[in-house]
Amino acid sequence: MENKSKDHGKENASSASSQGRRRFLAATTAIAATVAGGLTDLWGDEGREPGAPMRPYGDRSPFEKPARKNSRPGMPAGTGSTLTPLENLYGIITPSALHFERHHSGVPMIDPDKHELLIHGLVERPLVFKMEELLRFPSVSRIHFLECSGNGAGEYLGDPAATPQQTAGLLSCSEWTGVPLSTLLREAGIKPGAKWVLAEGGDASRNARSIPLKKAMDDVLVAYGQNGEAVRPEQGYPIRLVVPGWEGNINVKWVHRLHVLDQPAMTRDEAADYDDLLANGKSYRFSFVMEAKSIVTRPAGGQHLDGPGPYEISGLAWSGRARVAAVEISTDAGKNWRKAELQQPVFKNAVVRFRLPWNWDGNDAVIGSRCIDESGYVQPTHEQIVAARGTHARFHYNGIKWWRLQKGGELTHA
Amino acid sequence: MHRKLSWVLCIAACASLHAQTNSGGLPFGTQGKQVKPAPKPAGLGRPASAEEMKQRDITTLPSGAGLPDGKGTAAQGEGVYRDKCAACHGPNGEGNAQGTQLVGGIGSLATDNPIKTIGSYWPYATSVWDYIHRAMPSDRPGSLSADDTYAVTAFLLNRNKIIQADEVMNRKSLPKVHMPNQDGFVPDARPDIGKNAHSSGNSKERKSSAR
Repeated sequence: MENKSKDHGKENASSASSQGRRRFLAATTAIAATVAGGLTDLWGDEGREPGAPMRPYGDRSPFEKPARKNSRPGMPAGTGSTLTPLENLYGIITPSALHFERHHSGVPMIDPDKHELLIHGLVERPLVFKMEELLRFPSVSRIHFLECSGNGAGEYLGDPAATPQQTAGLLSCSEWTGVPLSTLLREAGIKPGAKWVLAEGGDASRNARSIPLKKAMDDVLVAYGQNGEAVRPEQGYPIRLVVPGWEGNINVKWVHRLHVLDQPAMTRDEAADYDDLLANGKSYRFSFVMEAKSIVTRPAGGQHLDGPGPYEISGLAWSGRARVAAVEISTDAGKNWRKAELQQPVFKNAVVRFRLPWNWDGNDAVIGSRCIDESGYVQPTHEQIVAARGTHARFHYNGIKWWRLQKGGELTHA
Repeated sequence: MHRKLSWVLCIAACASLHAQTNSGGLPFGTQGKQVKPAPKPAGLGRPASAEEMKQRDITTLPSGAGLPDGKGTAAQGEGVYRDKCAACHGPNGEGNAQGTQLVGGIGSLATDNPIKTIGSYWPYATSVWDYIHRAMPSDRPGSLSADDTYAVTAFLLNRNKIIQADEVMNRKSLPKVHMPNQDGFVPDARPDIGKNAHSSGNSKERKSSAR
């Protein structure tokens, strides 16, 4: 305990990661000591030791282990993606530390005092904004999901993932705070003929995507806040774009340049990567919207039920096209469907938490959910997607995910 | 200054009025729509100088706009590729665990084994140049000169049998290269499924068989 309190008070550690590691080790040691010291009897009458002191920046209980998982270990350092442990989340907000990651060239460490946002191209007044100026504009906060369009890509191949994290963990939801991009574009003055905005990040590989001006003027945010604090470095510190409902890649992180153009730039990611190859050899281009999708996160693959009795079926639903209207749950592989309760309020372009009390009778069950949005779109089955697109597409997969519950209580993918 | 302040106050008032309307009259889940558009510029931000725009602007377009001066051939690009690219993409662009396949696969997209490479899939040679210039090599993006970028682009186009080994790639010739899959893209046709599934009669609320 001594060791732990001393560590919590230390504010000038040489590096954040070593501090975190020491703190974790100290905390683990403290727990071990507590257990060894026989103080697990919380109702004991031998006197109670005061708990840990306060600390300047909190961390979760060392008993809590949910973690992001690298989806492709072995890639060059800093590239690839990590997946959010959806099965461990409550409610609709993803803790910033568990928000999924997708980087092309690592996480840059950007000094906000030196960061600038350039707006140029087809504008009346090419402008450069510093952070303190961005903070002076009228701001908004909105809850939005981000989903990498490669989320669940393996399912196209009939290669079902074993857990919610593995099949859908390239999804997270945060409260984002920032300046509407429209405000900044109006500040610069859009010239006639402008139709697209190329957004470029300050990461080493200068990730860049073209956004239609109509969307840019509608609801895109230049976000500096995430869940009440500054955007995390992995999420684009000090500023990133949030493009509500659209594929993750276009929500450019570490954004430092906005080039107003009369056409899309056809960067690699829009010209030759995030396009879905169909069975006929053609590819969909500019598949921006993330369509209605849902997943049961509990009970789900990788989990175990302790015998028959009452359980809550719960999960997440979202749609980038329209507000989620309903989520239906089946426990018999789609023969019968029942409406789940949706956590209120249901925000547009945000994750929706759905819940349904369920009494397991102990027999085999196949559990899944489907999302219906206000456009009337119903989340399709795997078979419908493959029938429409074939198995060569790698993006925008949104098929119903089934979990098989066996008599013993084991849950696997179906 | 006074005028600017009153504008800021006006915006704040509009925003709060709007938020109240939202909470009072609109259905749950209406997230604070954007504040009213600025009636005129706030006057924030500094004018960008021509020099800094030139320095920071690395945009290239399929028309060739934005491509810098410089030139290179496949022959010149062979050495650059060997030194900077082959470790991840293989000696001949065949790819490996670290890097994607860059060469081959032309004509394979409609088969059971489609192979997506620069040659078989990428619609514009300018996109190839742009990506190499902004993002490659992955351990030192931005380190290739314009000449080296033209040369290694030419090398990859040549290995894909799209240009000759002695063809000079520069800001005039590169946009004229016709890529095999230039016409292989169609507009996003989604929703391509799921539109009518809801009316199948399956969706009525029923008692779960497991309940």
